[in-house]
Amino acid sequence: MAQTRKIVTSDKVSATLDREFDTFPKLLERNVIKRPKRTAMREKDFGIWQSWNWEEVSLQVKLIACGLASLGLSRGDPVAIIGDNRPRLYWTIAAVQALGGIPIPMYQDAVADEIKFLLGHALVRFAVVEDQEQIDKLLSVFDDCPNLEFIVYDQPRGMRNYIEPYLYHIEDVINKGKEFNKSKSSFFSDEVSKGKGTDTAIILYTSGTTGEPKGVVLTHEAIYLTSVNAADQEAINENDECLAYLPMAWAGDHVLSYAQSYAVGFCVSCPESSETLLNDLRELGPTYFFAPPRIYENVLTSVMIRIADSSKVKRKMFDFFMNVARRNGSDILDKKQVSVINRLLYFLGEIIVYGPLKNTLGLSRIRNAYTAGEAIGPDIFRFYRSLGINLKQLYGSTEASVFITAQPNGEVKPDTVGVPTPGVEITVSDKGEVMFRSPGVFKEYFKNPEATLETKTPDGWVRTGDAGLVGDDGHLRIIDRAKDVGRLSDATLFAPKFIENKLKFFSHIKEAVAFGDKREFCAVIVNIDLEAVGNWAERNGITYSSYQELASLPRIYDLIQEEIEQVNDELSKEADLAGAQIKRFLILHKELHADDGELTRTRKIKRGFIAEKYNLLVDALYAEDDHCKITTELTFEDGRKGMVSADLIIRTINNSNKLAAE
Amino acid sequence: MNETAAPSNEETNKNGSSDLEKNTTFETLLEVHNISLSFGGVHALDEVSFDIRKGEIRAIIGPNGAGKSSMLNVINGFYHPQKGSITYKGNERKKMSPQVAASQGIARTFQNIALFRGMTTLDNIMTGRNLKMKKGIFWQMLHWGPARNEEIHHREIAEHVIDFLEIEPIRKTPVGRLPYGLQKRVELGRALAAQPDLLLLDEPMAGMNVEEKEDMCRFIIDVNEEFGTTIALIEHDMGVVMDLSDRVVVLNYGKKIADGTPDFVRADQGVVDAYLGVSEK
Repeated sequence: MAQTRKIVTSDKVSATLDREFDTFPKLLERNVIKRPKRTAMREKDFGIWQSWNWEEVSLQVKLIACGLASLGLSRGDPVAIIGDNRPRLYWTIAAVQALGGIPIPMYQDAVADEIKFLLGHALVRFAVVEDQEQIDKLLSVFDDCPNLEFIVYDQPRGMRNYIEPYLYHIEDVINKGKEFNKSKSSFFSDEVSKGKGTDTAIILYTSGTTGEPKGVVLTHEAIYLTSVNAADQEAINENDECLAYLPMAWAGDHVLSYAQSYAVGFCVSCPESSETLLNDLRELGPTYFFAPPRIYENVLTSVMIRIADSSKVKRKMFDFFMNVARRNGSDILDKKQVSVINRLLYFLGEIIVYGPLKNTLGLSRIRNAYTAGEAIGPDIFRFYRSLGINLKQLYGSTEASVFITAQPNGEVKPDTVGVPTPGVEITVSDKGEVMFRSPGVFKEYFKNPEATLETKTPDGWVRTGDAGLVGDDGHLRIIDRAKDVGRLSDATLFAPKFIENKLKFFSHIKEAVAFGDKREFCAVIVNIDLEAVGNWAERNGITYSSYQELASLPRIYDLIQEEIEQVNDELSKEADLAGAQIKRFLILHKELHADDGELTRTRKIKRGFIAEKYNLLVDALYAEDDHCKITTELTFEDGRKGMVSADLIIRTINNSNKLAAE
Repeated sequence: MNETAAPSNEETNKNGSSDLEKNTTFETLLEVHNISLSFGGVHALDEVSFDIRKGEIRAIIGPNGAGKSSMLNVINGFYHPQKGSITYKGNERKKMSPQVAASQGIARTFQNIALFRGMTTLDNIMTGRNLKMKKGIFWQMLHWGPARNEEIHHREIAEHVIDFLEIEPIRKTPVGRLPYGLQKRVELGRALAAQPDLLLLDEPMAGMNVEEKEDMCRFIIDVNEEFGTTIALIEHDMGVVMDLSDRVVVLNYGKKIADGTPDFVRADQGVVDAYLGVSEK
């Protein structure tokens, strides 16, 4: 690598691997020795939080492992794990690792075809799944997956009429494990001690904004060191509490709810169901919380809607104290100087507004809350921080075992993603692409040497594909995906995601897709947020019967246009991007959805796919028409497909006065 | 809950075709014989006889005003027929109050939802356990010791029902705030909390959209198959009736006009006439 380039590192040194405990099953044993009676896992079931301490977890892992071994699982066998966050699925990960198998968690909302691809790609023999829903998906593709031999399920609900001989309830597997363990009592510990830190710990398939998903192979060593390093920087310890609710197939959840918990010893709780999440969050009051920006946005939106619906006195009080918080909250959190009067006011606000609000949201005990995956709106970010919630941004990727940079306490700025965590080096290539090197770097893409070569240089640097800048303060700033940054036909810099994010920061806009590369001007397709816009419509006496109708109302167009004009205003202030203001837009008649292939499972837009699918609309945006007819296919949740057609209005934004103001 | 009955009905539910075969494996849970019920001059039910076998789903259908709800009310002890006999679990009974019926294991839901609107889902479901609570008012007021233990036991059963019906997110929501479809589900939950042997459902799917109907169908089948609960239901949606039920009895103007498997009933000319009407000659 070029020596001239600036390399940024953390001033803290990386942790080292303890040879005695170099795999996660061994770390589990360490937890049993160090803190046997401490709660390791909780799950809300039948209305109560059921809990397991480390000793109990270890026993369950052992029995599942023995059960799987008695079914014939051997070293190197890949095991698919599909389902919501359930303790037994987490234990299965450890059980499979203990036997030297390779756990491969998959997105629980993936459709059968996507799962079929992964099962075939990884030659999966065993699948451990949550419930009937997943079983049905697997059975529908079972004949196309010749390697798949056993399916184990956690929830027996609805399974009584299934007669397939290769289906096993996990209780039965555990019972098999008990017998197996009786006859071969040293088997489990022997298998665990065979594991090495350099073994593959897990394969995490990236959702793939482009092309087929790639299986990121991570070793025990990589995940462990990254987990410990990040925990070290952020002072995460065994007293922390976290809620496991993000997809198990996502690297963020794996590292937080599994790896860091095993490495540091804190307790992980599984919510009752995805619908009860906010309630469970409130009951639990986690200290360590990780969420993509959309969760913070949703929570803020629902808070704002409820405030707007509350009585005048409450509204006034909320507004007053939120102003106080906006002025002083972040400074108080960052331990900066704040006048006595403001401190007093903030203290009062804490009693009257912030405290109860944080309690309602379940965020009153937060020590570290993170947002990652996408840029977060500065207003949203400031809202949480001003309440005294230590929300910070981090930047990571599956290829890095998650952590690349994080914002250290006291150095939180809304437009950066922080400094490298211990052991991580980052640099920006000549083309403006962010690259990193760390102990957590992935081993390879599974069965895809070309992609591995493309991403990982021989001396260990990994290309992130993100365009970014490192400031003088050592903080990294991400602008856009490197390959998405383009130029208008007059050579003005065009960063689509930058524009889309600015739009998405408005609560009324759920998604936006910007076009402009090699075009005359920038145009966007907007997706409105049904909840926020619906509520706005209700309060303004606008009636509508469906999403499609709401999206086509002229007054909604007015509302969105106002917001786009604000974005144009902001863009006009950025020297490089001023030329790429939005000229034309339309509001799409349907919500962009992963089932239609328009979003990835982690809800990032697939720009290329959308441009192709809606090419009619894109062409119309760059033509003279003020409307465009389109018929599109959409997939229902049960997999059936239907057609919708609509006549969409296209608006041109007359921003002459703004150009004049420049 | 009531697991013991499950195996026997599983094997027979699958065939559903031959009546003879069913007779050999099923025992009768309830039999109504020559029931007549009139309100003044109105004959709501006229010499109606049929039986409900243990573990089956029995549908009662008929045009409006055919006497379906009256029939449920008779079984449930709410109406007392002027003539005829009812044999339940082998004992003949003539007059009984709904409370006695409930304590003998008959639970029901209503055509127009009859929940306590201001109470939460959980509390409504707990009322289904009311008859099984043995501790007196003194202990309950103290809410300590035996009464508390008893409540924990009943709460556990209520929680199993909540889990079964997948209504965890609305556990603490006042019922009045819930959409109609969910209220229906809560009502089913309250009936299930009583762990009934015979469950009477009065139009469980009325006013629901397709998705809610599908959900409700699945719950009804699950209740029947998993707990072995015998179910008698009134329903207007013919598709639902034909899919769900093992046997159907058809009433028209208070009289039984057909009785048999869904296929048999569907082909019956009298039933077709009752539903579509016949021209006077």
